[in-house]
Amino acid sequence: MRVGLFVTCLIDMMRPEIGFSALKLLETAGYEVVVPESQTCCGQPAYSAGNRKAARDLAEKFVNEFEHFDYVVIPSGSCGGTIKTHYRDLFLDDLDLRTRMERLASRVYELTDFLHNVAKIDQLPLREPGAFSGSVTYHDSCSGLRELGVQVQPRALLEKVPGVRLTEMKDSRTCCGFGGSFSLKYGDISSAIVDEKCMHIHGSGADAVVLGDLGCMLNIEGRLRRTGDDRTRVLHVAQVLAGDA
Amino acid sequence: MQVQSMHFKQRAGQKLADQRLQQNLKKLSTKFVSGRASAITELDDFEGTRDAAKERRMRAIENLDVWLDTFEKEATRRGATVLYAESAEDASRLVVEIAKKHDVKKAIKSKSMVSEEMALNQALEAAGIQAIETDLGEYILQINGNEAPSHIIAPVVHKDKEEISDLFARVHKRPRLTDISAMTREAREILRPQFLSADMGITGGNFVIAETGSVAIVTNEGNEGMCTLLPPKVHVVVTGIEKVLPTLEDLATVMRLLPRSATGQSISNYFSLLTGPRADDELDGPEHMYFVLVDGGRSNLVGTEFQEMLRCIRCGACMNHCPVYQKIGGHSYGWVYPGPMGSVLTPSYAGVENALDLPQASTLCGECHVVCPVKIPLPDLLRKLREKQYEGKMRPSVEYVGFAVWAFFAKRPMLYRLATRIGVRVMTWMGGSKKSISKLPFAGGWTDNREMPAPTGKTFRELYKQRR
Repeated sequence: MRVGLFVTCLIDMMRPEIGFSALKLLETAGYEVVVPESQTCCGQPAYSAGNRKAARDLAEKFVNEFEHFDYVVIPSGSCGGTIKTHYRDLFLDDLDLRTRMERLASRVYELTDFLHNVAKIDQLPLREPGAFSGSVTYHDSCSGLRELGVQVQPRALLEKVPGVRLTEMKDSRTCCGFGGSFSLKYGDISSAIVDEKCMHIHGSGADAVVLGDLGCMLNIEGRLRRTGDDRTRVLHVAQVLAGDA
Repeated sequence: MQVQSMHFKQRAGQKLADQRLQQNLKKLSTKFVSGRASAITELDDFEGTRDAAKERRMRAIENLDVWLDTFEKEATRRGATVLYAESAEDASRLVVEIAKKHDVKKAIKSKSMVSEEMALNQALEAAGIQAIETDLGEYILQINGNEAPSHIIAPVVHKDKEEISDLFARVHKRPRLTDISAMTREAREILRPQFLSADMGITGGNFVIAETGSVAIVTNEGNEGMCTLLPPKVHVVVTGIEKVLPTLEDLATVMRLLPRSATGQSISNYFSLLTGPRADDELDGPEHMYFVLVDGGRSNLVGTEFQEMLRCIRCGACMNHCPVYQKIGGHSYGWVYPGPMGSVLTPSYAGVENALDLPQASTLCGECHVVCPVKIPLPDLLRKLREKQYEGKMRPSVEYVGFAVWAFFAKRPMLYRLATRIGVRVMTWMGGSKKSISKLPFAGGWTDNREMPAPTGKTFRELYKQRR
């Protein structure tokens, strides 16, 4: 089975190690993983800003690059949500692309959803020396949760990691205030929302907050550090599962 | 009511800095969010009921003219007068005319957001007719210099008990009370003579029912009964044209959802279904009953991609659950309707260009869609409004330039690879030994409040190529 890994533009630039953790998880699960070299961005920033033209162009590019794989796996709920649930809206005027996308959509998965529900993995990769151990609290990123139904999958997988204990925070499913360009345009509102999230993370007493989306990750980490918390780690679920962090 | 949505950013900033308001807004999650969560478990098939309500509301909206026609016939047959108003101002004029016709000096009102659209109280005052709000929340706002409501079902959610204690003591000129039931009793003592001496009762209408020509009104204080059944000889219902439901069965379906979604109640304390004026063999009810059905921009939505917004049943769940509303409150939004539903309605009714911030000021987290009892895809509608802005060249020019540059590279993998390599190296250098950027040009909105975690020197694709 060939899996196409869409790394996402934020992981590509900001946190490449998460891409390698995802790669390792998929290969350990026995898949042949291909990372198409021409991939760039799914187009979500344009789609959310109302720039349909740019979003559609990038959506078409994505379909061309990924439709020949058995599965497409994405270590991000919001890119996954854009592709799986919104691309069809962008191809309303193009029957051919819409049909191709409909065929592709059912094979597109968020990483933990794929590992839990398709690969049904028991074995996680061997942990690297010094890999994270301690208590973690899971933040449900909005699109993964509400567009793709990612909720039990990451938790079930985290329970398999030796040395990692899951402890729930209050309101784990409430938005962290990132919202893409919202965090730039309305920085003060965004930071008031993320403060609430940080408070709940602290309230959980966890050593690390674990999540599945880079936007939330940069937002939460950025606010924790700015407010003087250098202790709480902010980790992508792939890093913890792969034993890399 | 004048649209003030262009001041959104400035107002939101003030609200964020208002510590007292921040404290008061916490009521939303402790009271409404948890209340709804437990109330919906009472229904065996909550999802099925939502689907049914959505279908029944859409049946009404898709044939709005037919059902309004039926409603008018049935209401008229039962002795009521049905009037239509194209604009909110027209609606106010009609109510003033009705009042003058019946020589009304004093009107008592139960809660109505449509009357806020109409700025009805001001119109009545201008015509020399005293208008008195009788919903406790609306009464508080009226005696506080005609302040605007900040929530569609909890108009004074932004205030705390102490503020209201002070207000009552000052306006009522009585000793300051702090016990809520004592304060409520005081308001009742003040309002009772008003109820008894009014000539006209004005209410909103949660729904109007086509098959019977009735109006359904939900309250928790029973004031709608006092406004319609007690002395007033005239009852005027003001509501939007989209509030029509074909049958009483439809009403039963939506009523299973409305109080539960709104306040977490299985049923509101009071529920009135009023049909026609008092008949000869009846003991109570007004001598005259009028319906003023307001368009006010609603019919422009019929048949468009925003049509789904018309099935809204005004429960307020979307704002109660909105992370943005929870932080800035309702006044920031600048018109009658706040939160996600208001961010769709305000630009739809008043023009996209008059409320540029509202569709943008959302994280699109999707919780409003999840909790909406009639499954309105609010995030999709907000995104469609963003498309209108973008295509209508209403965004700042820097956004167009930025997207043009970004899309140029994103569509060309070779150039994109080069650009991201350079970008990552620059940002890594900016992060220094701290591996964190405290000030980013063109991204002050981010770095004024947060660090930007720095990248680590190379892109994934560079490293991937090296490792393979």
